[in-house]
Parts: sequence; structure tokens; C-alpha cells
Amino acid sequence: MANLPKTTSKGSANTYDGFGIPLILPAWIIIGFFLVIPVAMMLVYSFLTKEFRGGVIWEFSIGAYDQFFFYRGLFGDSPPTIEWTYISIFWRSIWQAGLATFFCLIIGFPTAWFIATRTGRNKPIWLFLITIPYWVNLLIRTISMKFLIRDNGPLNEFFLSLGLISEPFHIINTNFAVQLGLFYSYLPFMVLPIYAAVERYNFALSEAAADLYASRTVTITKVILPTVKPGIVAGCILVFVPSLGAFLAPDLLGGAKNFMIGSLIEEQFKGAAGNWPFGAAASMILLSLVLIVLTFYARSQIKDQL
Amino acid sequence: MSIDNNIAIDIQNVTKMFGEFTALKDVSLDIKDNEFFTLLGPSGCGKTTLLRLIAGFEAVSQGAIMLYGQNIADLMPNKRPINTVFQNYALFPHMNVTDNVMFGLLRLGQEKTNAKRRVSEVLELVRLSDFANRMPNQLSGGQQQRVALARALAPSPRVLLLDEPLSALDLKLRQAVRLELQQIQIQTGITFIFVTHDQEEALTMSDRIAVIDGGRVQQVGSARDIYEAPENKFVADFIGETNLIDVNVSNLEAGKGSCILPSGENITCSAAKGARAGPGHLSVRPERIKISVSGKSLLEGTAVRHIYLGTDLHVEVKLSTGGNVTIRMQNSTQIQIPDVGQSVGLDFDPSSARLLVD
Amino acid sequence: MASKSLDFRHFTGFKSLTLLCLFLLYAPLIIVMIYSFNDSNSITRWDTVSLRWYYDLFYGVDAPKFKAAAINSVSIAIMAATSATIIATMAATAMLRSGRFRGKSVSFALINLPLMVPEIVTAVATLIFFSAIGFTTGYLTILIAHIVFCIPFAYLPIAARMQGIEDVYEQAAQDLYATRFQAFRLILLPLMTPGIMSGFLLAFIISLDDFIITNFVKGAGVETLPTVIFGAVKQGIKPNIMAISTLLLVVSVGFVALSYFVGRIGEKANPTTTKNGD
Repeated sequence: MANLPKTTSKGSANTYDGFGIPLILPAWIIIGFFLVIPVAMMLVYSFLTKEFRGGVIWEFSIGAYDQFFFYRGLFGDSPPTIEWTYISIFWRSIWQAGLATFFCLIIGFPTAWFIATRTGRNKPIWLFLITIPYWVNLLIRTISMKFLIRDNGPLNEFFLSLGLISEPFHIINTNFAVQLGLFYSYLPFMVLPIYAAVERYNFALSEAAADLYASRTVTITKVILPTVKPGIVAGCILVFVPSLGAFLAPDLLGGAKNFMIGSLIEEQFKGAAGNWPFGAAASMILLSLVLIVLTFYARSQIKDQL
Repeated sequence: MSIDNNIAIDIQNVTKMFGEFTALKDVSLDIKDNEFFTLLGPSGCGKTTLLRLIAGFEAVSQGAIMLYGQNIADLMPNKRPINTVFQNYALFPHMNVTDNVMFGLLRLGQEKTNAKRRVSEVLELVRLSDFANRMPNQLSGGQQQRVALARALAPSPRVLLLDEPLSALDLKLRQAVRLELQQIQIQTGITFIFVTHDQEEALTMSDRIAVIDGGRVQQVGSARDIYEAPENKFVADFIGETNLIDVNVSNLEAGKGSCILPSGENITCSAAKGARAGPGHLSVRPERIKISVSGKSLLEGTAVRHIYLGTDLHVEVKLSTGGNVTIRMQNSTQIQIPDVGQSVGLDFDPSSARLLVD
Repeated sequence: MASKSLDFRHFTGFKSLTLLCLFLLYAPLIIVMIYSFNDSNSITRWDTVSLRWYYDLFYGVDAPKFKAAAINSVSIAIMAATSATIIATMAATAMLRSGRFRGKSVSFALINLPLMVPEIVTAVATLIFFSAIGFTTGYLTILIAHIVFCIPFAYLPIAARMQGIEDVYEQAAQDLYATRFQAFRLILLPLMTPGIMSGFLLAFIISLDDFIITNFVKGAGVETLPTVIFGAVKQGIKPNIMAISTLLLVVSVGFVALSYFVGRIGEKANPTTTKNGD
């Protein structure tokens, strides 16, 4: 004990020992009251009956989930057939989120690698450049993307004026537009974790590998990628999860034909046509999906550390 | 219970545990008023823990700590009239020198004008008056250390604790500061409790030293006591260098004992208090062993190595009966230095040797 | 040849991809900014440079609407950021400086909970909650919802800064007769200032920028800048939208940059370690 020990146990200092609970109480109250309880209420609401004008009647029913999964109800006269409308919306959202993650990965990974391997003073500059757009309000970013790719927007104007095309590219209100929007929204979430992982990677390891007769390919697959993998996984999660529940990109860029979960849920709470229990049910299903993904991620982290 | 006012800190049977780990085992010590007392030991021996217990940053698991007769073991650190000079100085980075030094005085309720006067006094004592308005990160290591000292002295504590305050300084600075610290202690009359792992520091500065290892006090005494009369193998080995020759101890009586050397000679010398008859060690310091001038010698062997140290030369001798012994010869000596491989005869005065058990 | 195969810093095409990436990220924003200075009524044809639409924002037909929304946004952001910063500072002190206490590990999950729940789910849950307890939606509900999700954002820089401050300073303070509260007020808090300011600015901008949750819990009468912009876009993108978007864009970037630099300058002026001068 040559140094004055800074901490007693588990890396936490205890200058204010005994004051822990009063200090953490406000956070517990605010988040407990206004997030945890609301989510619990949402769970309750998903089992209530819809009221005609929006809102709910306090009567237990599994109608919401029923409506979600089954056509004409589980307890109707005919045997239940699966209602595909909503499930397909969920499925499409998962698919869109997955695609967005994929695109973020193939563009984000080289970008992250490139930035992390710049030398000295350049590195923070590149990093700065890549994160500034993220600081802009998501709404503004989505709007500007919409503005850009509209049928009579600057992009099409540009191509038309060059004579490259005779008719404008119809990009807006397509799946591709949504993809573009999601990519634009969440790319930095892919770049930053990969950047962090590559930055930490000790390039001397690859020299050691070469010293032991590894070829370039082998070094990449067996030495570098495994070390960087946690960053890649983190980046994928950080893009996939928000994309799943995204609202702005599908709504502003995808239009009516590209309904995703976010839009579906939002619709349930707007005005008289809404169905609150149904919206609550859909939200619960989304939340469960996200929790499953996060649990898998947490488990894999723990497993990796063993 | 009589209160002995001469004792500043009386540590009574203190044990400290961190979970399963026992850092201090049944430690009892008394530190006298106006004493420069050092806790000396290797890393992890518990000396810093003991210091923190005295300061109040840890609570004792068992035992009492008396400050001039009053048990302070249950008091918070801000209630103990004891101040600390921390190892890395811990100067408040956002305050200048004057504010740092004034901090304790203000907390005690002193008026600002009085406090400022005291601050100048103390800064003069540590010879830093010109730096009163500097910020800590504008000071050198040695200067920061003096500010830390001034800050701890300003509230006129009854006891001052110093946690390895010299370890971050380079050698020349360390030697200069050692003298300064001693002078300040004499001038202020405050009891200093000094923690270090550097035995040279301990030997040069202290009135008394407590050698600590493995959470236990191994020996307490003046520098001379500890060096000349170590009580066990650890102390003999930790302070300075020594040769330990395996012998059989016998005839223990009144602090003396006998043993038979490997060569067959029977000698009588002083014995440690804990010595028992049976297997033990004979401790002889390298500087006490001389090359034999007569034909007969107490120890015989072959020189195997030279270690050149500037002023000294250490010669390692492999004894004919097994084991190694190091002798110290000054490089200015007139005596012939044995070459490597040459047979050597060694002598020493039995009164400089000591019988030890572990 | 050996050095080539060892060089993992340079892969062909990576630089081009990065530049493409940056181009994709900046292009839409830059185009919006450029067009916001377009004088023409249409947003597609380019006329002369003018500040017409900015003028329209402040004095035109929609001006009162925007102004009211801006006032709401800014006032909510200030109050939410302040509350979140105070709560987060207390929470950080609990997590990093108060030893063990019951529920400590759960607390860490709790503080990060708003970050893990998808925004739309939070929005729905909050709306349902207020409806169930009969609390009318409006300004206050927006404020409360904002405080909740601002807490983790304020917490991050505050906790990071606090972790970098060794607790030896507070020990030294206590050694010099300070009570724990004095140690907190005179030593820890001043040293933490850059982190607290950073946290506040971050929370401020997060609150200012929020759309989804605000949209759900605002009820009919109240608008914030993002919701009013969204509503306007639904009716078709008009040039004054470009103008307000540009303004909001510049403010957002400016605030985050400020938050970052405050942290850095604070670090230099109030270093958490005193390095030896020699």
C-alpha cells in the first residue's frame, strides 16, 4: 500500500457513505413515476377495451392482441385465421431495420476503420466531421433528406439539367427512401462503436501475426476481426433498435404505402379513429422485441467476458 | 487510568480487516509527544493503513486509538486535531496557494484577517512566501510538497501525519527536504508520524522507528537500536544488509547466547529477546567482517564475485561449509582485495554479531 | 512487399467510401441551408440570394405561431435541463461517491432506462399514464416527459467528470476540518463545474430537439418548434421551413460544440490532477 488507497472496495469511493439513498431518490422518483409506471400502465391498457371516441373503457379484454394476430377473432364461430396485416407491418419493419443496419455496416465499417487509422492531428478532425451532422435535430435531417429527393427536388433537378435522365427519379415514398432516411438518421451510431474498437486495437498484434507466418487474409479474419467484433455488434444494435421503432423516416419519406410499426402505433392515438388498447398492445409487442434483442446482446457480452 | 501526557498517540491492540483480509493484526504502539516517529516497512505491510486509521479515513475493526489520553477511534476525520500531508499532496487544483493553506483555518471558524496572517507565517516557515498567489499546477513537485506541508501545519495540529511525502521527489531534493522536515519538526514541536518504505530516510530522520511487516509491528526503537540490535530476521534483513549464517543456538542467558560456527569455533554474542535454543541464525553485517590477517579465521571460503559500488566493494564469498557471505571493503583500503577464485579467511568481532530466530 | 501486407491502415477504397459517407451526410443539410436564402417563392427554382424567408419567419403570417412555439421550446428546454442536471448530479454523487447502498446496481439500469426504451414506446406510455390519472396534456406534461429523458443525457458528462476527480481532495478537505457537505460544496462541486455545464447543455439541446415524445403528450393547444415544423411540413415544404430549419440546425450544432468546448476549457482551467511542474 505504497499509495494512499483511493477506494475501499469495488472501485467506488465512499466520501458520502450513507447518503446514497437520499441522493438517488429524485432520479428514482422521476424515472420510476414517469417511465416505469407508465410502461406498466401501458401493459394494463393493452388488455382493456377500446372506447368509441378514443380512450378506453375499463373492461378487461384481450381484444387488442386478438385483433393484432387474428382475423375475426379468436373466439368467433369459424376457426381463427391469422390476420396478416399487422404482423406483416411488424415483419416489414424488422426487415427495413435489418436492411438499414446492413447498409450502415457496409458503409460505416470502412469509414470507421479509415478514421481510426488516421494519424495524429487528423484523427479528431475526421471524427468531428462525421459527428457534426448527428448534432442536428433528427426532424430537420429527415426534412432535408425529403427536400433533396423529392420528385421536383434539387437532386432530380440536377440530373435532369445534365440531361442524364428524361424523367425524374421517383425516390420519395418508396422503400428506398425509407432506407435512405434510416441510414441518414443512425449512421453515426454504427461508426462510433466500430471506431472505438478499432482505435483500441493494437496494430502491433498484426505484426506479431505476420511474424508467425500468417497471410494477410488470415490476419484479418483471425486476429483483427475478432478484436473488432464487439464494436461491430454494438453498432448493429445501436442502429437496429431505433430503426425498428422509427417514426419520422417512414412517415416523412415513406408515405402511406410504407407503414412501419412507428406509424402504426402513432395512428392509434390520433383522434377518434384511434384504438388505444390496440396501440398499447402494438407498443408492448415492439418493446418486447427490443428487450429480446437487448437481452441477447447482454448475454453475449457476458459470455464474451468469460 | 492514568493519563500519561508524554504520549501523543497510543495505539492499543488495533486490528483492521478489509473483508477477509487482515491488514493490521493486534498492533500496539505508543508515540511520544514532540517525537519524529517513523512507520517503516515494505509495500503492503499495513503502514499506510495504520496512518489512515490515525487520521480517521478508516475505522478500526478492533482496538482503540488514544490521542493524549482521549479515544479518537470513533471520531470523524474532521473532528480530530490531526492533519495529513498526502503522498501526492492533494492540493486543491482550483485554489491558489494562499487559499489552499487557509482552508483548514477557515473551516475552524477563524476570521479571514487572522487566517491570512497565519498563512504568511507558515509560508515563511516552508520558505514559499513568494508563491502565495500561484496555482498548484504552476508549482514544481518540491514546491507543491511544501504547500501541502504548510497547509497541514497552519491549523496547528497536535499531530502531523506524513504519507511518504518524499517519494515523488528526486534524490538530491529528497535529501534537502529531509533536513528541512527535521528542522520544522524541532521548531514547531509538533509530533510527526512519518510513513516510508525507504530505510535510509527512516534512519536519518527519526527519533524512533516502528518496523512493520505483514500487519504486525516487528520492532520499535531508535535507528541505532534497530540497526545494531535487530529482534528478528526480518528487521535484520530489511534494515541495511546482513549475512545470516545458519547455526544452532544454545546457552541463552541475559541477552547473550552461544553458537558453534561451521568452522567449529564456539562464540558468544548478543541474542535477540525472542531467541530460543535450537536452530537459528547468526547475523553479521557485511561491514563488520574483515579479511583475516592471522592464519586462523572464523570463516573460510572462496571469493566468487565482486560488486563495485563506487565507494565500496562488496565481495561475495562462498563458504567452504556451504552458504554465501558478503563482506564490505572500502575501495580506498590498503588491504589486498581477494581475487575471484581466491581462498579467503574471514574474521569478525563476536560482539558485533547477533543471534536471531525468525 | 512485406510492408504492404502489414499495412492495415490503408485499404483501397476506404478513403473514397469515407468521403462518400461524409458527402451523403452533409449534402442534404447544406442544400437546405442554401435554399433558405433563395428569394423565389418556389423551392425548386433558384432566384437571387436574399434573407426574405428569414424575414418572413419573424414578421410574416406564420410568425406568431413560430414565436409561440419557440418560446415553449426554449422555456421547456431550460427548465427540463436544469431539473435533469440537478437530479443527475445527485445521482452521480450517489453512484460514484457514496459507497454501497441497497439498490445501487438497479439504479444504474434505471438511470439508463430512458435510453433503452424506444422513443415511441415512451411516448405512448407517457400519454396513457397522464390520461389514466386524468392529468390534462399540455405544457406541463411535455416538461415532465422531457425531464425524464434528459436525465441520462445530463448524467453522462457529469459522471464522466466525477470519475476523473480523485476522492483524495475531499479526504484532504475533511482532514482540514470540513464537514462532508462543505467538502461537497467547496471542493467537489467547483471541480465538477465543466461536467455539469456540459451535461446541462447536452440536456438542453436534447429537449429542444425532441419530436416524437413531445408530439404525443402535447395535447391540442401547445406547440414546440419541432412539432410546428412537422405540422408545416405535412402541408408541404415551404421556403420559410427551410429558414427555420437552418436556424434550428445552426443552434443545435452551436450548442453541442459549446458543450464540448466548455468541457475542454474547463478541464484546462480546473484540471483534476495537479501535475508536477518539473
